[in-house]
Amino acid sequence: MGKSETTILDTSGVNRALTRISHEILERNRGTQDLVLVGIRSGGDHLADELCRRIAEIEGEAPLVGAVDITLYRDDLGSRGSLPMGKTQIPFDVDDKRIVLVDDVLYTGRTIRAAMDALIDLGRPRSIQLAVLVDRGHRELPIRPDYIGRNVPTSREEEISVVFDDAMLPIEVRLVKAAT
Amino acid sequence: MSFQHKHILGTEQLSREDIELILDTAESFKDINTREIKKVPTLRGKTIINLFFEASTRTRTSFEIAGKRLSADTINISASSSSVVKGETLEDTARNIEAMHPDIIVMRHGASGAPHYLAERIDCSVVNAGDGAHEHPSQALLDLLTIRQHKTTLEGLTVAIVGDITHSRVARSNLYAMRTLGMNVRLVGPGTMVPKGIEKLGCEVYTDLNEALEGVDVVMMLRIQLERQGKTLLPSLREYASLYGLNPSNLKLAKEDAIVMHPGPMNRGVEISSYVADGPQNVILEQVENGVAIRMALLYLVAGGSEGEV
Amino acid sequence: MKIVIKNGRLIDPAQGVDATLDLMIENGKVAAIAENLETTGAEVIDASGKLVTPGLIDMHVHLRDPGYEYKEDIASGTQSAVAGGFTSVACMPNTSPVNDNKAVTLYIRSKATETAVANVFPIGSITKGLKGDSLAELGELQQAGCVAVSDDGRPVVSGELMRRALEYTRPLGLPVISHAEELSLVGDGVMNDGFVATELGLKGIPWVAEDAAVARDVMLAEFTGGALHVAHVSTKGAVEIVRAAKARGVAVTCEATPHHFTLTDEAVRGYNTNAKMNPPLRSEEDVAAIRAGLADGTIDVIATDHAPHHLDEKNVEFNIAMNGIVGLETAIPLTLALVDQGIFDLNAAIATLTAAPAQILKLDRGSLVEGAAADVTIIDPQLEWCVEAAKLNSKSKNTPFDGVTMKGAAICTIVGGKIAYKKK
Repeated sequence: MGKSETTILDTSGVNRALTRISHEILERNRGTQDLVLVGIRSGGDHLADELCRRIAEIEGEAPLVGAVDITLYRDDLGSRGSLPMGKTQIPFDVDDKRIVLVDDVLYTGRTIRAAMDALIDLGRPRSIQLAVLVDRGHRELPIRPDYIGRNVPTSREEEISVVFDDAMLPIEVRLVKAAT
Repeated sequence: MSFQHKHILGTEQLSREDIELILDTAESFKDINTREIKKVPTLRGKTIINLFFEASTRTRTSFEIAGKRLSADTINISASSSSVVKGETLEDTARNIEAMHPDIIVMRHGASGAPHYLAERIDCSVVNAGDGAHEHPSQALLDLLTIRQHKTTLEGLTVAIVGDITHSRVARSNLYAMRTLGMNVRLVGPGTMVPKGIEKLGCEVYTDLNEALEGVDVVMMLRIQLERQGKTLLPSLREYASLYGLNPSNLKLAKEDAIVMHPGPMNRGVEISSYVADGPQNVILEQVENGVAIRMALLYLVAGGSEGEV
Repeated sequence: MKIVIKNGRLIDPAQGVDATLDLMIENGKVAAIAENLETTGAEVIDASGKLVTPGLIDMHVHLRDPGYEYKEDIASGTQSAVAGGFTSVACMPNTSPVNDNKAVTLYIRSKATETAVANVFPIGSITKGLKGDSLAELGELQQAGCVAVSDDGRPVVSGELMRRALEYTRPLGLPVISHAEELSLVGDGVMNDGFVATELGLKGIPWVAEDAAVARDVMLAEFTGGALHVAHVSTKGAVEIVRAAKARGVAVTCEATPHHFTLTDEAVRGYNTNAKMNPPLRSEEDVAAIRAGLADGTIDVIATDHAPHHLDEKNVEFNIAMNGIVGLETAIPLTLALVDQGIFDLNAAIATLTAAPAQILKLDRGSLVEGAAADVTIIDPQLEWCVEAAKLNSKSKNTPFDGVTMKGAAICTIVGGKIAYKKK
């Protein structure tokens, strides 16, 4: 038994995807007014930071950025055991904000469901959009991303791994297959 | 790392990693308690029974709020309304409750060891909310959380715990946890209130309050209950107040930034003067606030533990 | 009916015998002790490698009959006795009704005649109803068959009453057995006052509660000249007080239980109610003192304080559990363990279970002299076995030794010339 890995996005591919998503977010929301990026821990929060940086470069103005930890909103407590918790950091009012949830990989959609519940417990945003670096399919809930870096058809046995460098910048996306 | 305890019976069984995980988890829960919607769906569908064989307002309310903020169904059973008065054994009471499939029983009982008895006989998790003069783990943990918020690191701090050590479950639970975390503990009380051999647990025993307060980072006062602890232990509350009561002048012997704690309910003018209880160094209400977060953390961690773990 | 026990190591401390000898029993009496006895017409028991001793006597047993037959009765209690190698038991008076008058004594004796498989010697109470207010009818109790008096389970709180009991019984030659406890120092304690109690948050019973009471009763014995026997000594101080009194020539004897010379209060950890007894299990130092007391003869007797309790009375919170454990069926191995550890020799060990209690209670038992009642215990000192509480002969299963492997057991117990127990 070994593992085989294929690169889906190399560093420049990741770069192009993030730049494109940044433009799409700005275009759709007509600037940074009331725009909030909320990354889902852990992984999405680093992506949100990076998107924020790029949007600020393009627009000259940075959107608000926060992070949400969904541990308390999971629907699999008990089967997973209690997980160590990260902190939700949204140090601003979310009422009437246009929120872009950011995650690295979109899979069943359960994480996004939990993140939306967590956000709604904090207030009443005007809208919630979803940005993901990779959509690997296999949705179990009616959730559809608004911004996608790359669609990657996968089997359930495969894994998607997003590689970050030491500064927590995304540099590569790999498809990991368990070789039989 | 994940939490390996099915029950929370005392701090004696908790490792440093366990305690730190509980405190960190509680830290995350603190935010929930201050926002507008003070509820998360984490324990939705879980049933928690607060089984209280001793009167308690503070601890019971704190556990109840903790359970409700995690969306668990929380039911209170108190000794006065329970079948205990009808002569039912603890085992039968427990089995009857268990037949209703709760996930967690939070128990307060006057007999030391009662939660251990329960945990051996039923399948659901047991959280000790105070057993006799033995342990009161959630109180010690909320004390530690409060201290950590003021002192950042716990290791190496010196704490004076003052009062009826013999009959205090708060003192024992704090002592075990503080020793595990490398804190120095001084136990202070009149000769009648310091139990045999307690120094073997790694603490210093003082009978003079002034000596004990010298240079400490934390002063923890215990409640004196003459009616409960027996008239033979003390000549009078008046004398106790003068020899063992904390007041602005003896508090000066502690470090300048020392904090003053009390598990409540306080006897103002007996173990603690109002000047101190309401003074700038008191963190008593923070303890109460942290109590909810600690209990949320305990319920969360215990509910998440999978079967077969201890 | 004739039985010959062949080739055993026959130990009879009362006669100073310790040799490989045959023992012949005929018509319920010891007929002969000699080498190579003729076996014609006799049932032969080969006791090679075994010990043959006078039937063991336990002078401190709670048979719970009348009144608490759900815990034990005279039949089950004596079955437990013979399984443990005891041919005689003296039963304490804290029954319901209390054995404080001859009607109860006669009831016990008649029920024993009907159902017991061992000899039963009743002990009457010192005070009426064990209440400590006034003396029971001590003379009539003795006439009815009581071999001693005791308020066991409770001390005689009044010093004056204890004085009068000793004065009254002295001319009768009736020993007074003291359950020595200073109740105001016991308070609501539930275990030994010490570090373990501190850790477990349980209220302690200090050693001084026993020492103070033993000291008072020993002094009263000295003052009155009455015969005092101190039950279940558990503290270093109590042993020292008795030792000093004996040196002064006071007529005092005492006993220790196997659990008090085997276990410490550490056994209580986990809130084990089968380690709850009164007096409580004490410290390491106390256990050492009890052993030293047995070694130098300060402690005359090993008695079990066999105290059966129903599961419902033990399967509860520690502080409301009943005091006491069953002891008849584990006494032999626990005593032989002391011999193995060199505390005392085998002869001294057997004396604490035979000659010594017989002498204190003035029983014509405890020796294999020719013509004596043929109460005999055959012990395999090497037999290893595991205590299984559920399989005890007693009705009650409250033992802290469940699952413990022990060495040594009675393999045959003969009461009045009849085989009352044979190990399968």
